[in-house]
Amino acid sequence: MMAWIGALFLVLGAAVCLVASIGVLRLPDFFMRMHAATKAGVAGAGLVLIGIVFAVPSFEVAIKVALANLFLLLTIPVAGHLLGRAGYVGGVPLWRGTERDELAGVLKRGAFDAPHPDSRDNAKPGGGGPA
Amino acid sequence: MSGAAALDIATTIAGVLLAIATVCVAVRIVRGPSTPDRVVALDMLSLIGVAVAGLAVLVSGSTAFVDIALGVALVGFLAVVAFAGFIERGAIRGDDGEEDTP
Repeated sequence: MMAWIGALFLVLGAAVCLVASIGVLRLPDFFMRMHAATKAGVAGAGLVLIGIVFAVPSFEVAIKVALANLFLLLTIPVAGHLLGRAGYVGGVPLWRGTERDELAGVLKRGAFDAPHPDSRDNAKPGGGGPA
Repeated sequence: MSGAAALDIATTIAGVLLAIATVCVAVRIVRGPSTPDRVVALDMLSLIGVAVAGLAVLVSGSTAFVDIALGVALVGFLAVVAFAGFIERGAIRGDDGEEDTP
């Protein structure tokens, strides 16, 4: 029974990781990609680790997995906030469908590398690879 | 089907899913278009690394890989924080080679 629960958690966690990666690949904007990577990424990796506890039931593994999950839950939001702030200050172009820019007068934006700041597809002449 | 066989099949399926996820993230790292996009993809790659280290516990049978998962998570966090500092100070300006350190 424990092995079945472990198998369920493993497949579920890997599927959530896959969804997060598809989000990182397909979403149109840096901030949306960050949203996919931080939230769904933590959920996927955490679920896989929890699946390990059910598959290998030992106290040692359970403690280490709990520590790893706690660490992920504490650090990934911090990293996401730092990265989002750095990207905004650096001047990453927002998606052209963005309705409101709450930080518009609060943080100073630089010009990053985008001649057309409202679209990701013509952001870079000759550098972006296949579109 | 016994529990051990189910666990084997689940490990294989999870490995395939994580491989596809790695390919997606690698495409984003290559494509960019800006440096923060690549750093986000790097963050996701380290999370996939944590999950793969977890799977390695089942594949190899050695529980030492749980420690490796913890280490990968730590290193990924430090890498993202360092890159965020560099980007915010303007030390990295896209990939067109232009640099202006204040």
